Amino acid sequence: MSRINDFAIKIATVNGTGSASANTLLMKSIFRSGIPVMGKNYFPSNIQGLPTWYEIRVSKDGYVARSGKIDIMVCMNAETYARDVREVAAGGYLIYDSTWPRPALLKREDVTVLGVPLAQMCNENFKGVRTRILMKNICYAGVLAALLDLDLARIRELLAETYAKKPALVESNMQAIQLGYDYARQHFVCPLPLRVSPMDKTAGHIMIDGNTAAALGCLYAGATVAAWYPITPSTSLMDAFKSFADKTRIDAETKRAQFAFIQAEDELSAIGMVLGANWNGARAFTATSGPGVSLMGEFLGLAYYAEVPAVLFDVQRVGPSTGMPTRTQQCDVLAAAYASHGDTKHVCLYPANPEECFYMAVQAFDLAERLQTPVMVLLDLDIGMNDWMCRDLVWDDAYRPDRGKVLDRDEIEKLEKFHRYVDKDADGITYRTLPGVHPKGAYFTRGSGHTQFGTYTEDAAEYQVVMDRLTRKFATAKRYVPRPVLQGDGRATGGIISIGSCDGAIREALDVLAQRGIKLDYLRVRGFPFGEDVESFLESHDRLYVVEQNRDAQFRSLLILETRVEKAKLHSLLHYSGLPVSSAFIVDGVLADLAEGQRTVAGVVS
Amino acid sequence: MTFIPKPKIRHPDLPLNELGLTRRDYEGSLSTLCAGCGHDSITAAITEACWGISIRPENLAKLSGIGCSSKTTAYFVNGGHGFNSVHGRMPSIATGANAANRDLYYIGISGDGDSLSIGLGQFCHAIRRNLNMLYIIENNGVYGLTKGQFSASADIGTKAKKGEVNQQPPIDPVLLAMNLGAGFVARSFSGDKQQLVPLIQAGLNYPGFALIDVLSPCVTFNDHEGSTKSYAYTREHYEPIVEADFVPLRQEIRTDYAAGESMAVTLHDGNRVVLRKLAEDYDPTDAHRAYDYVQQHINRGEYLTGLLHCRSTAETEFHALSRTPEQPLNQIPYSQLHPGSAGLARLLARYR
Repeated sequence: MSRINDFAIKIATVNGTGSASANTLLMKSIFRSGIPVMGKNYFPSNIQGLPTWYEIRVSKDGYVARSGKIDIMVCMNAETYARDVREVAAGGYLIYDSTWPRPALLKREDVTVLGVPLAQMCNENFKGVRTRILMKNICYAGVLAALLDLDLARIRELLAETYAKKPALVESNMQAIQLGYDYARQHFVCPLPLRVSPMDKTAGHIMIDGNTAAALGCLYAGATVAAWYPITPSTSLMDAFKSFADKTRIDAETKRAQFAFIQAEDELSAIGMVLGANWNGARAFTATSGPGVSLMGEFLGLAYYAEVPAVLFDVQRVGPSTGMPTRTQQCDVLAAAYASHGDTKHVCLYPANPEECFYMAVQAFDLAERLQTPVMVLLDLDIGMNDWMCRDLVWDDAYRPDRGKVLDRDEIEKLEKFHRYVDKDADGITYRTLPGVHPKGAYFTRGSGHTQFGTYTEDAAEYQVVMDRLTRKFATAKRYVPRPVLQGDGRATGGIISIGSCDGAIREALDVLAQRGIKLDYLRVRGFPFGEDVESFLESHDRLYVVEQNRDAQFRSLLILETRVEKAKLHSLLHYSGLPVSSAFIVDGVLADLAEGQRTVAGVVS
Repeated sequence: MTFIPKPKIRHPDLPLNELGLTRRDYEGSLSTLCAGCGHDSITAAITEACWGISIRPENLAKLSGIGCSSKTTAYFVNGGHGFNSVHGRMPSIATGANAANRDLYYIGISGDGDSLSIGLGQFCHAIRRNLNMLYIIENNGVYGLTKGQFSASADIGTKAKKGEVNQQPPIDPVLLAMNLGAGFVARSFSGDKQQLVPLIQAGLNYPGFALIDVLSPCVTFNDHEGSTKSYAYTREHYEPIVEADFVPLRQEIRTDYAAGESMAVTLHDGNRVVLRKLAEDYDPTDAHRAYDYVQQHINRGEYLTGLLHCRSTAETEFHALSRTPEQPLNQIPYSQLHPGSAGLARLLARYR
């Protein structure tokens, strides 16, 4: 059974032992060989000592999701050893550190066991406890390099880039790689039937995580104020923004920074700062996760009602409560859409991958200012923190920010009187002014009841005029949010509808199902409120699988609440373990449903 | 509330400031607070102060949270934008706004509930950030809008209108601000406009966080016998210790101060604050000694008023530490904010 460029490796280690470097090295060397690859990090909410896993999927067909199957397991953690052994698919391989005997190995007759005395070799060749631990991990990368037929020159090239400023480390790391490599070549038949062979399918692509891509989008959108409170898994978005801004926004001579980066005392303050800055005409944003969104609720309601732009990245993690901070879910779909008390609704964007994070970040600022309302970009930990292979990001130098309906000094001067919330253009979006521009443009921003002229009111009719216009504005938003992406000709009787990071697994599942003669259309929704494209897709399919990563079918609920769809035809496929959804999960879910309801939904099988 | 427009009748001989504007040009909507509310006197002092130093109305950003005090931002300087935000969160709005445009004057109006209970954290962190703003606490020791509960500034032993006696120690914003390193810390009394107006003028021009805690009696819920925040009690127990005069750059310091009693603190832009000590043993420029002195007097039940502590902190002001340019961030041309398609290719090199 030879499987070239089509298998999955899982590496079980202990966090804080340098395994991340080894794993990145492996993944990147495969990527540089022109082979599509996916890397996912399942790490603990801990600094050192707890189990961590890294999954690498090599996919000649370019599938970017988990397949749901592990072909090669590298067991470097005694603590998780038993469950790791169980997870290897039949016919797969198990690599372990044979420095110490492990009798339990023998229970799996259906996998090939490859023992390498990693600790022993590193103890003999390196000095210092810490170095030995780190090198043990680099050493298994060497073993895999031999087994998978990776190019050692490419590995050296990557190490040279990583340690450009510390050449000595290149040599010691290379020595560890060579130890593992040589041992494997001497003791095993190399390469394995599961191996890599160079391709040319990664040209024009990059490996980047969604938080970094979103941060880059904020830079290009012209954001100047970034306020935040540290929370996993969103922190790296802010770190990346700071790093990009440090590189591009600091005057070489004066050292002045054309941005303000404010670590707030909590999330309430972070969103308050974002509102204050946007109110004052700067593009400002924050990044957070579910607990932060909960805390920001009151301010989000103010921003909705007082019509202050704001951009918020919610890098979703497993809830409820503190949940599992380092695991992924799409569990804030409802919390984001309806954040805050009272009648509030928020514009949400659902990027599916880092590439889309970049473009949607820019779009979020345009939408926030065009619609004068908060815009929430819902990433998740899988998109935000894992490196994804995606198409090169491109920038259109003709882009100019859409600042929306902001009156300048001359325009205010010409007015007899400025009224903040009067719907002059009948699109629900009114004109705003910025502080410091003209005394005639001054108005009072308030979260208390107000008239369309911006004055305080407790009058029923005056209150409702503003609330009803906000409803019209939200309807206008349907025209502005990114349109959904349809895969298929739209003529199948059944379909999948989903959001965000489920995309990779769904696209692979569609191919698998098609091979079995099951043809489904697929609509990936990219924004809320839902437009007519979503309505017509829901209307034109008899059976719809709603794929999402939470327990309570939040996206399905939102569809039922916000579209004309008939509830009964929405069948949920819910994945909420904290690991990214796999293609196998979706295939199995669809097949199970078809088997169960063969007579009533026979139309799905084409 | 603020839906009552004020009649626009102007006396022809009203005095004009340097911008050619009258005091009326610095007024706001009609107050809807209770008749006799201390807050209205503070509003009048702010109006007078802004007119007096000729601030362009549109250059004043008025920020507040929730409560009686927070409503008052609608009652002065109609030509400036106002932002009545959520309870206890004005400092974060002020921080974001100030980050976006360092050229405006920021005045935050808060109360003892807004700043010392629900908003204590934000209050402290705005001080830590040395945000360039004037922060006024209209302090009456009581929750007015919800009808008379004690606030965190209520003194031990003070009696509520219905007879309940407060037994928890108060949080004193002046001591707290000094403790957190604020460089401009004042206390005043809503009934002492003569003291208050120059304090507001100095606070607005102070390049950093300026706090004025203004004792401002609540006539409806906290002006009775047994209250330590009543008009009668405040008049009896407050003791002006340092008078402050704000002296703009262009103006000379008058020479009628007695030698040895006055000292000038120069602000970074050449404006000065002249401090006139009313007690010989008091040094308002020394934070530690000022703290001890104020604390001792509080222990004796006396409220010292005036500019209790003033020193220059321009070097730690928010924008100074952020190294932002002179040009406000909200006015930097977009072309300077991104490195274009060529720059993107460079930034992405390490992701290949």
